[in-house]
Amino acid sequence: MNLDYFAELLGPAWLPVWTLAKIVAIVAPLLLGVAYLTYAERRIIGYMQVRLGCNRVGPWGLLQPIADGLKLMFKEIIIPSGASKGLYLLAPVLAMAPALAAWAVIPFTDTLVLADVDAGLLLVMAITSMGVYGVVLAGWASNSKYAFLGSMRSAAQIVSYEIAMGFALVGVLMSAQSLNLSDIVQAQSGGIHQWYWLPLFPLFLVYLIAGVAELNRAPFDVAEGESEIVAGFHVDYSGMAFAMFFLAEYANMILVATLTSTMFLGGWLSPIPGLPDGFFWLALKVSFILFLFLWFRATFPRYRYDQIMRLGWKVFIPVTLVWLLVVAAMLQTPWAYLFH
Amino acid sequence: MLSRIKHFFDTFLLTELVRGMSMTGRYFFARKITVQYPEERAPQSPRFRGLHAQRRYPNGEERCIACKLCEAVCPALAIQIESEQRADGTRRTTRYDIDLTKCIFCGFCEEACPVDAIVETRVYEYHGEKRGDLYYTKEMLLAVGDKYEAQIAQDRAADARYR
Repeated sequence: MNLDYFAELLGPAWLPVWTLAKIVAIVAPLLLGVAYLTYAERRIIGYMQVRLGCNRVGPWGLLQPIADGLKLMFKEIIIPSGASKGLYLLAPVLAMAPALAAWAVIPFTDTLVLADVDAGLLLVMAITSMGVYGVVLAGWASNSKYAFLGSMRSAAQIVSYEIAMGFALVGVLMSAQSLNLSDIVQAQSGGIHQWYWLPLFPLFLVYLIAGVAELNRAPFDVAEGESEIVAGFHVDYSGMAFAMFFLAEYANMILVATLTSTMFLGGWLSPIPGLPDGFFWLALKVSFILFLFLWFRATFPRYRYDQIMRLGWKVFIPVTLVWLLVVAAMLQTPWAYLFH
Repeated sequence: MLSRIKHFFDTFLLTELVRGMSMTGRYFFARKITVQYPEERAPQSPRFRGLHAQRRYPNGEERCIACKLCEAVCPALAIQIESEQRADGTRRTTRYDIDLTKCIFCGFCEEACPVDAIVETRVYEYHGEKRGDLYYTKEMLLAVGDKYEAQIAQDRAADARYR
């Protein structure tokens, strides 16, 4: 297909149309991935609990997420009478938008990336930090004590773990000498032993665990804490407004998994130098990390709130700082190649 | 000192977390125990206490003699009985109602019955679309009994040794 023909046909309107088409090309598969991640979660956690999970709608229950989506779309969005209406409806949008926006700079292969920004890593950090506003606003606008408690917990937790996460990424950019995500992946080329998970292993672990905390997922899901505060920040939401929070959470899961793969597991690179690189490897790594997230949820009981704070401030931040010093010192020695 | 070093490494190598995950990981491949209801069913005891039924003798005569022991023993006050003397001199019910929305399925009515007239069957798949649908009258109970008599008789026989 000749794109120049369309470019001439549409004239100045071409740029927005083409950009929009690229956005749809990323968001549509992403939302499909989100839908089937919920399915995978129910099946995998079910299997780990010696159950079968959803297997009724369609073959092997594969149409279950579609049925769920339809149900949520047709449900009423109830706005509590005490709620702040505008903010109440804005909150799910604010939660959802950053979860999608961050995908702009994610490289899928060496050529396939929507915006090859030089400060890509910084952009991702900035945008994902915005996600907490949706949660905080939802809790505040609901005008309910449970929602408020949930959002306060979530805010404190995300702020705490953002620091450890940021430090873990500082290690990556010290090794890669770049903030551009494509360059970071390229710097890891040369097989599985060259990926950053090995030289930066403590940072990899910290990033993975802080990522789970950042997502408000089990075992760090005190923001929802259904045994204490019902469902946390989204108690009062129903229908599509609730679905937006749900979509945001799962889109963020895929995002963090993709970032971990990009930063520490060599993105689209193949583990063995002989094999061809490609999107396939990225998908495989992302699936593996998503599986880990579900596995965590099936295994670990919820952290107590003060334990979460202790882990974030007293363990992760010192550990990352120490390892950053180690990396910085090593980069000045003849063994620096180990960390590049 | 040694234990503190061990504790340090246990904590930072996440050994306990890995052990927990290996446990759930093993169960991932374990045989699933889900009973897929409409196609598969859980086993039932002959003592299963489901929908009530009124039984008849083989000659077609209803068993109930309106002694009202079941009405008296019913802890939920779900049974209502009215009776009269029939032309042949026997006492029979004119009304025998069980309100299944009150019933707690304790089985006391069945235990109290001297003639095995009121019984609880294995039937548990019934429903009502209005509240009144679960108010079972004598005719409905006799109909249930007629329908499931073979199963009822078999279950009483199986349990007879223990009564």
